[in-house]
Amino acid sequence: MTIPNPRFHGFGLGLRSVHYPDFLQNAVPVDFVEVISENFMIPGGRPLDILDRVRARHPVALHGVSMSIGSADGLDRDHLARLKTLVDRVDPLFVSDHLCWTRIDGFNSHDLLPLPYTQEAMDVVCANIAHAQDVLGRAMLIENPSSYVQFAQADATEWQFIAEMCARTGCDLLLDVNNIFVSATNHGFDALEYIRGVPAERVRQIHLAGHTQGEHLLIDTHDRPVPASVWSLYEAALARVGPVATMIERDDDIPPLADLLAELDTARGIAASLDRLAA
Amino acid sequence: MSLLALQRDFQRHLVDAPGSIDTWIDAPARGLAVYHNAYRAQLVECLAETYAQTHAWLGGEAFLAAMRAHIERTPPSGWTLGAYGGDFAETLAHRYPDDPEVAELAMLEWRLSRAFEAEDAAAMPAAAIVGIDWDEAAIVFVPSLWTIPSITNAVAILSALVAGDPPPPATILPEPAMLLVWRQDFAPCFRTIEMIEHDAIGLAAAGTGFADLCMMLVGSRGEAEGLALAGQMLGQWFADGLIRSVTTKDIPCA
Repeated sequence: MTIPNPRFHGFGLGLRSVHYPDFLQNAVPVDFVEVISENFMIPGGRPLDILDRVRARHPVALHGVSMSIGSADGLDRDHLARLKTLVDRVDPLFVSDHLCWTRIDGFNSHDLLPLPYTQEAMDVVCANIAHAQDVLGRAMLIENPSSYVQFAQADATEWQFIAEMCARTGCDLLLDVNNIFVSATNHGFDALEYIRGVPAERVRQIHLAGHTQGEHLLIDTHDRPVPASVWSLYEAALARVGPVATMIERDDDIPPLADLLAELDTARGIAASLDRLAA
Repeated sequence: MSLLALQRDFQRHLVDAPGSIDTWIDAPARGLAVYHNAYRAQLVECLAETYAQTHAWLGGEAFLAAMRAHIERTPPSGWTLGAYGGDFAETLAHRYPDDPEVAELAMLEWRLSRAFEAEDAAAMPAAAIVGIDWDEAAIVFVPSLWTIPSITNAVAILSALVAGDPPPPATILPEPAMLLVWRQDFAPCFRTIEMIEHDAIGLAAAGTGFADLCMMLVGSRGEAEGLALAGQMLGQWFADGLIRSVTTKDIPCA
């Protein structure tokens, strides 16, 4: 049996090691935290102890980076078994990973590599998601990636691919608004058309982050505050999908927790203004 | 062309092997460079984090060159980035054959990183040994325990670097020794041990009873010294939190 994902309307932050003391010693005003699953898929030690203590205070979303649901040679059974162990320990709010591939033939890039949106890739992705959901016993959230290349053989847009993936597997979506903005800029598509194209009722969580202008392309760096362009897109996304969990990702040049909480208040403000409009 | 073929071509691109990824992608040069750079940057960051003191010992340029050589020689295969670099010491031994402390330092840092996340196991308190029949007892160590062969003063170098003190010059030890690595509560620990303690730990870890361990020590050092040494080692193992339990005839005592 696959457990469906809850509709959770709250605002959270990624749990990063520099903020461990804040989360362990203070009542941090977040509705949930998100952790990188692989950092805690370990036998024991202080990281798991900290996760247990944070979990006692907050709901925890598990966000993976290594499931590699786009691998043509299937999932790594060891990875999946360890994720299942962590899921059983944490009883997470959500379990998510990315629409990408990281591994092939025993080589693991540890980077979120792009997929061609073809029918063959659809079959591979759906089979792998079904496998993961079967082992985990719950519906997953799949996150749209940022990307820097497009494939000549693609016969669908990313949002069309995502819509069919959700329909075929029953998975839900983690909509990364910054990733949409980055990919739309890099590939010249309309970010609003993307948001209109994904199945709104399947979005359970939104990611917000910052990006960097590279020499030729926008790069998804998570090393700066959420920019105005992404806030604007967030407002459009939230207007379409309704109240869902929102979380700010910051992985580099991590500021004091107060700065991230202030950003989270911006997200709360946007959501509240949309709620008032809807009322 | 299949998805599998595409992914193999992409992998070849990342590791600079001949392939035909360009044929799959619209305007390939700019985007592919992003992935090519990100792949290496992530591995460099991982190695620099795991081997911070080896980095400090070698210096920035030499360490960067060693990391680059390792990444070219050893592409990652495990599902977790945390497992990458376990064989970095081999690369360093190859690059610095006349400076064995470099590879030893790296090996010590690697084992400390493994101890940090090893399986949890409460250490048995020394007070719990009351009533144990040592003629029938066997020691079970905590799962984080590991030993590393050593011929240099890598322990002294690491200790100084961690403390922020000037490290001593590298030297070769008068006698080969072993380094003991484990975790006490949540803190990774290490100390140098003599070969006879290493042998005793190896026997105990393999299931040899404490009485037979004493016999080995008596055979090596004579009755008085051997028994005294057994008592000293046992006391130190309890003090260090190395002992998970003591079993007698397969019945755990703690």
